[in-house]
Amino acid sequence: MTNRTIRVWTLIHKWTSLICTVFMLLLCLTGLPLIFHDEIEALTAEHTLPPMPAETPLKSLDEAVATALATYPGERPLFLSFDEDRPVVNVTTGPGARPPVSQMHISAIDLRSTRILADLNDDKGFMHVMLRLHVDMFAGLPGELFLGFMGFLLFVATVSGVVIYAPFMRKLSFGTVRAGRSRRLKWLDLHNMLGIVTLMWVVVVGLTGVINTLSVPLVAYWRSNELAAMIAPYQGKPVPERFASVDAAVRTAMEAAPGMRPQFIAFPGVRFSSNHHYAVWLKGATPATNRILTPALIDAETGAFTDMRSMPWYMLALRLSQPLHFGDYGGLPMKILWAVLDVLTIVILGSGLYLWFARRRTAQDHAAAPGLRTTVGEAAE
Amino acid sequence: MKPRAPLPLPAIFGIPAAIALVTTAGLVTALLDDGLVDALSWAALSVPVLAAAWSWRNRER
Repeated sequence: MTNRTIRVWTLIHKWTSLICTVFMLLLCLTGLPLIFHDEIEALTAEHTLPPMPAETPLKSLDEAVATALATYPGERPLFLSFDEDRPVVNVTTGPGARPPVSQMHISAIDLRSTRILADLNDDKGFMHVMLRLHVDMFAGLPGELFLGFMGFLLFVATVSGVVIYAPFMRKLSFGTVRAGRSRRLKWLDLHNMLGIVTLMWVVVVGLTGVINTLSVPLVAYWRSNELAAMIAPYQGKPVPERFASVDAAVRTAMEAAPGMRPQFIAFPGVRFSSNHHYAVWLKGATPATNRILTPALIDAETGAFTDMRSMPWYMLALRLSQPLHFGDYGGLPMKILWAVLDVLTIVILGSGLYLWFARRRTAQDHAAAPGLRTTVGEAAE
Repeated sequence: MKPRAPLPLPAIFGIPAAIALVTTAGLVTALLDDGLVDALSWAALSVPVLAAAWSWRNRER
């Protein structure tokens, strides 16, 4: 690489980093408790089901929906999702088909008794604040897309960091940390070493985070293309006055897709369904396929099966970006590793900021006393 | 520890590339299955963390 090339990449690294670092620090700090949100919520919330005879028959999904609607009169059902490991469904209701999240109510309902176990309307607690800061900084879709752009800058900063890693390491063996000389040299070496070892994790978590910020536009695109094609004969039909049985819709969907299980049901009119259908989102039964969702559309007026299509590539990318960003797909040890790598990233961000400050001081000294060595030249010795 | 002649690129990026490859494998394998595969993924994702710890332990004082 010529000196000029190195200088250009250094400038790219400096400016993309400077712009995104503050936001990345916010994301790393708020992300840390979010990694363990399951564990933290299990500590604070009552998670055990009240004891009932083992053979207690389960009530119907329609009864669960009725319970939720009775609790929030005047609202309509939006979603129904299934818990993984217990006979519990979560019913989301709201005043209209697409209300803001703040107006939605989520009830966790015990299917053995249709008793409401808990309302999951946490919009004040610590974890909720962490989540909103992490997702959109309380600024809605613009905030989400802004953080997505910051994530893209992080990606550019990472790539340019790898490029200028080479001239820094020309005369150093891998992992060298010169801690005995100046403080700046120690942090420079740490920045380079931590940056290069965490490279792939940072790239994957960063880019999947960017994809997650595109969720709203991607789902909107899917709805107006793929979904529109599936329900072409129904175009222009209004949301039905009365919905057919949810249980029957789930049965119909499962008959159409043997071996798959429902993950959640989107009611007519919501973002994840058409105006006239239940969308029963089915998942595969094996660990490799249970992240891949396939929507089956059931006419919500007649209960008849309409269509089922696998997801287009961009929806698959969106779906797979969730576990790869959250680190929640490999048990507690994986979450701990996620947290350690997150902390190392904080050190990289902090040391980068420190090096920029220290470099500025050096540059000012340099102007006063010419002849000081450049960062790269000094580091390579 | 410090070679005199400038290192060629493969020498600079050899170990980092290996770590990146192992990390990728660790991130992907846990998606495919549960159980034993998860343990493989933990081992793989420990590699960057252990490399950082090793570098810090062997720092020049």
